[in-house]
Amino acid sequence: MARSQIILIVVVLVSLGVSLGSGRIDPYFLDVIIGIGINIILAVSLNLINGYTGQFSLGHAGFMAVGAYTAAMITLNVSSPWMFIPALFVGGIFAAVTGLIVGIPSLRLKGDYLAIVTLGFGEIIRVVLQNMEFVGAALGLRGIPSYTTFFWTFGLAALCTYIVVCLVNSTYGRGFLAVRDDEIAAESMGINTTKYKVTAFVIGAFWAGIAGGLYAHFKQFITPEGFNFMRSFEIVVMVILGGMGRTAGVIAAAIILTILPEVLREVAEYRMIIYSLLLIILMLTRPQGIFAWERKRKPTLSA
Amino acid sequence: MTEFLQQLINGLALGAIYALIALGYTMVYGVLRFINFAHGDVFMLGAFSGYYLARIFPQESFLGAAGVFAGSMLICAIIGIIIERFAYRPLRDRPKLTVLITAIGVSLLIEYTGQHEKVFGAAPRTFPNLVPDTNFVIAGVSVNSDQILVLVVAVILMIGLQLIVLKTKIGTAMRALSFNAQAAALMGININVVISFTFGLGSALAAAGGILYAMNYTSIDPLMGILPGLKAFVAAVLGGIGNIPGAALGGLIMGVVETFTAGYISSAYRDAVAFSILILILIFKPSGLLGKTQVEKV
Repeated sequence: MARSQIILIVVVLVSLGVSLGSGRIDPYFLDVIIGIGINIILAVSLNLINGYTGQFSLGHAGFMAVGAYTAAMITLNVSSPWMFIPALFVGGIFAAVTGLIVGIPSLRLKGDYLAIVTLGFGEIIRVVLQNMEFVGAALGLRGIPSYTTFFWTFGLAALCTYIVVCLVNSTYGRGFLAVRDDEIAAESMGINTTKYKVTAFVIGAFWAGIAGGLYAHFKQFITPEGFNFMRSFEIVVMVILGGMGRTAGVIAAAIILTILPEVLREVAEYRMIIYSLLLIILMLTRPQGIFAWERKRKPTLSA
Repeated sequence: MTEFLQQLINGLALGAIYALIALGYTMVYGVLRFINFAHGDVFMLGAFSGYYLARIFPQESFLGAAGVFAGSMLICAIIGIIIERFAYRPLRDRPKLTVLITAIGVSLLIEYTGQHEKVFGAAPRTFPNLVPDTNFVIAGVSVNSDQILVLVVAVILMIGLQLIVLKTKIGTAMRALSFNAQAAALMGININVVISFTFGLGSALAAAGGILYAMNYTSIDPLMGILPGLKAFVAAVLGGIGNIPGAALGGLIMGVVETFTAGYISSAYRDAVAFSILILILIFKPSGLLGKTQVEKV
C-alpha cells in the first residue's frame, strides 16, 4: 500500500476515534477544529484550481454556497441523519455542475480576466440565492440539523487531500502542472488544456460544495451574504500563504488562518488590516508562499 | 415614453460616473497590462476627500464645488502615485498574478483601514450638497441639478483627458508606452515617470467620479467603491480595455443597461447584470466593442 493511502486510513481512523470522544472536548475548541477541517477542504480544493492548474479563481465561495444550500435543503426536507452524506454528495454534484457551467466560458480567459469573471460568477450565485424565496432569500436558511461531526469533517478533508495529491502526482495529473507552467507549450505537446482546466474547476467546485454542506450542518444557519467575495478571498489567502501548488503548505496555512482570528480576538478590528498588509508584504517578498523553502527554481533564460 | 426618457437620463448620469472610473482602469491597463483592483477604492477615497473638503469650501456654490473637485482629485492623484510606487513598481517584472494579488491586497487594506473607527468608520455618512439642489422638469422628465453636473463634469474631464493623451508630450509618451514599452524605453522615454503620471491621472478621474457618485446618491461609506469599481471594470472591458473612447462608451452603456434592468425588470438584479454583460462580452467579443484583437505570439 502506498504511503499516501496509509496516511489516509490513519487520519480517517484517528478522526473516528476523536469523534467518538468528542463529547469530552471543550465545545469552543471543537468548533475551531471543525472550522479548520472545513477550511482545509476549501483551501486544498482551491489549490487544485489556483495552484496546480494556475487558473486564478475568485469564486470559490459561490461553489461553496451551492453545496451548502443544496445539502441544507435536502436535510431540511428529509429529516433523517442517514440523509446527511447523500445530501453532502448531492450538494457536491450541484456545485460541480456549477463549476462546469462557470468553467466552460472562463476557459477562454487568463489571469486577471479569469479572476474577475469567477468573482462575477460567485456574485451572481449570491444574488440569485438572495432572490430565491424558497431558500429564504436574504434571510437565509435556519434550523439546519447539526450533523457535521469531527469524523465527517476530517474524514472528508483527508479524502479530499488524498484525491488531489494522487491526482496531481498521477500521469494524467501532470497535465494540470503543464497547463499552469506553459499553456502554449502544453497544448503543442498534445495536452487538451481545455479539458484539464474544466476538470480542475469541476473537481475543485465539487469539494467546495462538500465543504459548503459541512459548513451548513455545522453552523446550522446560512445566508447568501456569508458566501460573498470576502469568503472567497479568505480561501485565496490560505492558498497564497501556503504557497500555490503546495498542498502541505496550504493545509498549514488553512490551520493558521483559522486559528489566528481566534487568537487575535482582542484586536479583531485590525484583523483584516493585518491580513491585507500580510498579503502585500508576502507578495513583495515571498510570492511563492511562506512554506515554500524547499524547492528553488533555476533562473530561466527568457523572461 | 416619459418613463423611458427618465430612465435614460438616470442611466446616462450613472454611466458617466462609470465611464470616469473605467478610464482609470483602461489607462493603467494600457501602460502596465494589469488591472488595478484598488481603483474602486481610490474612487471611494475621492468621495471621502470631497466630504472633508466640503467643510472647508463654501457650500452650495459652484466655486466651492470646483475647489472640492480640484482638491480631491489632487489628493487622489497623489494616493494613486504612492500606491503604484510602493506596491506595484517593485513587482513590475514579476508574474501578472503576483501583481493582481497585491492589488487585491491594496484594495482590502484601503477598505478595512477606512472602516476602522479611527479613520472613516463603517457607518455610512451623508454627503453634503455641493451645488444648489434644483429639479428641472422638461416635458415630464425630471432632471436633477446633480445629474446635469455629473454629465457636464464628465464631459469636460473626458475632453480634457483626450487633449492630454493626444496633444501633449506626456500623452504621446503614454501612447508610445502602451504600444510597445520596450521600444518606448529605448527611445528615451522615462517609463517610471509616465507610469506615475498615468496612475495620477486615472486616480484623479476616479476621485471626480467618487464625488459625482456621492452627490447623486448622498450616502458614502468605506465599501462604496467595490461595486462601482467592478462595474466600471466591466465597462472598460466592454469598450475594449486599453481603449480610451471605448471606456467612455462602455461606461455609458453599463449605466443605461443597469438603470433599465432596475427599472423594468427588478432592482434585485441590477448588480448581477453587470457580471452577465462581462461574461457575455468575454465569450463573444473578448476584445471589446472598440478594441483590437491581439494575436498571442510565442
